[in-house]
Amino acid sequence: MLYREAGDFKTSYQADSQTFPIAFDRWRYWAVLVIAFCVVPFFVNAYWANAILVPFLIYAIAAIGLNILTGYCGQVSLGTGGFMAVGAYACYKLMTSFPDVSIVIHIILAGGITAAVGAAFGLPSLRIKGFYLAVATLAAQFFLVWMFNKVSWFYNYSASGQINAPERFVAGIAVTGPNTAPWAQYMICLVFLTICALIARNLTRGTIGRSWMAIRDMDIAAEIIGVNPLKAKLTAFAVSSFFIGISGALFFAVYLGAVEVGEAFGIQKSFLVLFMIIIGGLGSLFGSFAGAAFLVLLPVALKVIGVDLLGWPTDLVAHLQLVIVGGLIMFFLIKEPHGLAQLWRVAKEKLRLWPFPY
Amino acid sequence: MKMKTLAVMALAGSMTAGTAMADLVIPDLSYRTGPYAAGGVPFSDGYQDYFALLNARDGGIGGEPVRVIECETAYNTERGVECYEATKGEGALIYQPLSTGITYQLIPRTTADNIPLHTMGYGRTSAANGEVFNWVFNYPANYWDAASVAVNYLLDENGGSLDGKTIALVYHNSAYGKEPIRTLEDLSALHGFTLTQLAVDHPGQEQKSQWLQIRRERPDYVLMWGWGVMNQVAVQEAANIGFPMENFIGNWWAGAEHDVTPAGMAANGYKSLNMNPITDYPVLSEIQSLVHEAGNAAGDGSNLGSVLYVRGMYAAMLAAEAIANAQDIHGVADVTPAMVRDGMEALEITNARMTELGMEGIGPEFAVTCQNHGGTGQGLVQQWNASAGVWEPLTGFISPDASVIAPLIAEDSAAFAAESGITPGCL
Repeated sequence: MLYREAGDFKTSYQADSQTFPIAFDRWRYWAVLVIAFCVVPFFVNAYWANAILVPFLIYAIAAIGLNILTGYCGQVSLGTGGFMAVGAYACYKLMTSFPDVSIVIHIILAGGITAAVGAAFGLPSLRIKGFYLAVATLAAQFFLVWMFNKVSWFYNYSASGQINAPERFVAGIAVTGPNTAPWAQYMICLVFLTICALIARNLTRGTIGRSWMAIRDMDIAAEIIGVNPLKAKLTAFAVSSFFIGISGALFFAVYLGAVEVGEAFGIQKSFLVLFMIIIGGLGSLFGSFAGAAFLVLLPVALKVIGVDLLGWPTDLVAHLQLVIVGGLIMFFLIKEPHGLAQLWRVAKEKLRLWPFPY
Repeated sequence: MKMKTLAVMALAGSMTAGTAMADLVIPDLSYRTGPYAAGGVPFSDGYQDYFALLNARDGGIGGEPVRVIECETAYNTERGVECYEATKGEGALIYQPLSTGITYQLIPRTTADNIPLHTMGYGRTSAANGEVFNWVFNYPANYWDAASVAVNYLLDENGGSLDGKTIALVYHNSAYGKEPIRTLEDLSALHGFTLTQLAVDHPGQEQKSQWLQIRRERPDYVLMWGWGVMNQVAVQEAANIGFPMENFIGNWWAGAEHDVTPAGMAANGYKSLNMNPITDYPVLSEIQSLVHEAGNAAGDGSNLGSVLYVRGMYAAMLAAEAIANAQDIHGVADVTPAMVRDGMEALEITNARMTELGMEGIGPEFAVTCQNHGGTGQGLVQQWNASAGVWEPLTGFISPDASVIAPLIAEDSAAFAAESGITPGCL
């Protein structure tokens, strides 16, 4: 009843092509932003920040990045973990080399460096497609992890090969290091996610996003109608890697504080982000959020239900999680290839007609 | 204040089923899944069984019952952080994560939260300097000690000189495996042996090329810093290339029954370091009768008395002794994490005490001080007897070369102190 276009008149082209054409959605969008920025920071504690909210926000940025490349431009990538590592190590080198520069600038620069690396590894996409491209990005994944393990310059020659985030401040408030308040961790990730999501939304509905989607749907046809595949594919790799680099930098500096490349940014990280966009929905920003939320919350929820409430052994619950994630991926690939985002879309269509579907 | 109560209520509502009683909370950050589960399961079983024994026999420690909260990390740092945040609010007294990667995460966090961290024979070696790492303990031994003990053993075998010998180090390509490299490089310069480094990537199933290189170069000795599935594969690969097993020495995380049994008779003669000789400790039969037969065994109860089970039990014993010590010092039974830290820093383990606990000779005697959180660093060498299926101790406790390790610890901890803005000093 509330959820409908009726009575909501658009009087300009701008209003006609806005992101949320339904008034209810617009209100919901602003309500979510107000709650996220003005309510949650006052209630968040260390457990919620470290176990749920901060990883969700960071993985959502990574999922948006991969969704641009895979969901919007159709280029399958298994190099997400490696690109996150580039962001993390770039951020670490910048943080330790220029301690006086703000961490925010370092994180953005880390995204820029990752964009350059991503575009370089995107070059093969001009020649190869599909599975073969996936294998090329897999090579990037292994090469980057190997490089960050092998070249000690990247970890400042420390004996263990670990990188540790020193304490850094934004406007006098610690955002990295062990003494960071949970709300500060949460806020810096939220600000980056909001900006990234706005950029991604506006890119994907503009010229550049349309050229990505044209390449995704049929690259030969796209080329014939005048889309430059070189430009479209490389910009997709660069923009995607930029977001993934930012998420890698936040993952290292704000969330974990110390990482080891093989363990934190291994191939399983690439798969995790890929699963997020498959379960969430390929080619949908909402899907990136939904997938990230789902895969961050699922293990925690299973643990709370299985171990804390039902008292099952911890290993049983951990194995059950693998079974459930695997089953869900098969289920979504067969039954709903567009993921949670499509379920949401269908629900919205039904809501528009409710309560008189005829 | 009100906000905080609300937050605590939200937390309590979302994640706790048990009520917060006045008991001693010990989190067990275990891993029973993933490629490192083979080592994680027996360690965790031993750790939990010992506390179950204390509860059953003595009613806990100093009359306070012990509540163990198990949390599965799968050797994954993100899950480790989640476990830490989930358990610290319950009044956790001491953390023993059994993972060097998770240890690096927890060092700054536990320091900020004032909870002691005990990394027995793993973790960050320079944490032995208690003036820099006030809240981190790694007694009775650490990786650099292990490297030195192994080299001292080889020196003994070779009449005091390793000049011109070659030693290959097969290591897990992570913070854990890289830890001994600096020490071994210094030792190679000191004793004149050549060190070859062969990295094996996580999880360690792919080692063909490393062992082909060993076959080609024929080093005199192979040292291994391995864990989890990497150990089984390495022993099998060594057998495949016919490398003499008695010249192949693992560290103390690469010397349990499950590491050698898959290779069968071919693993006979493989050596490893150990912190705890394996004998029939009287405490094991107490666990058998009071915990296992009462149906309270952790896991499936099949690991009783194995190498890592005994080590997990030893870790639990050191924690329990530290808590008892803290109760003595502060005169209260319901101790706080800060009191436990004081108990750890004043801990003294004597042969008489170990015998009293039914664990005669389970570890070296040592005393912890503010300056030295690392203990004596002694280890022994054991050898696998495949036909009997037992680890036989070859030596007594061997001391590491403190003249090499002490400067390295001072250097690394000073670098850490400078990096994190810590002024060294006792609490």
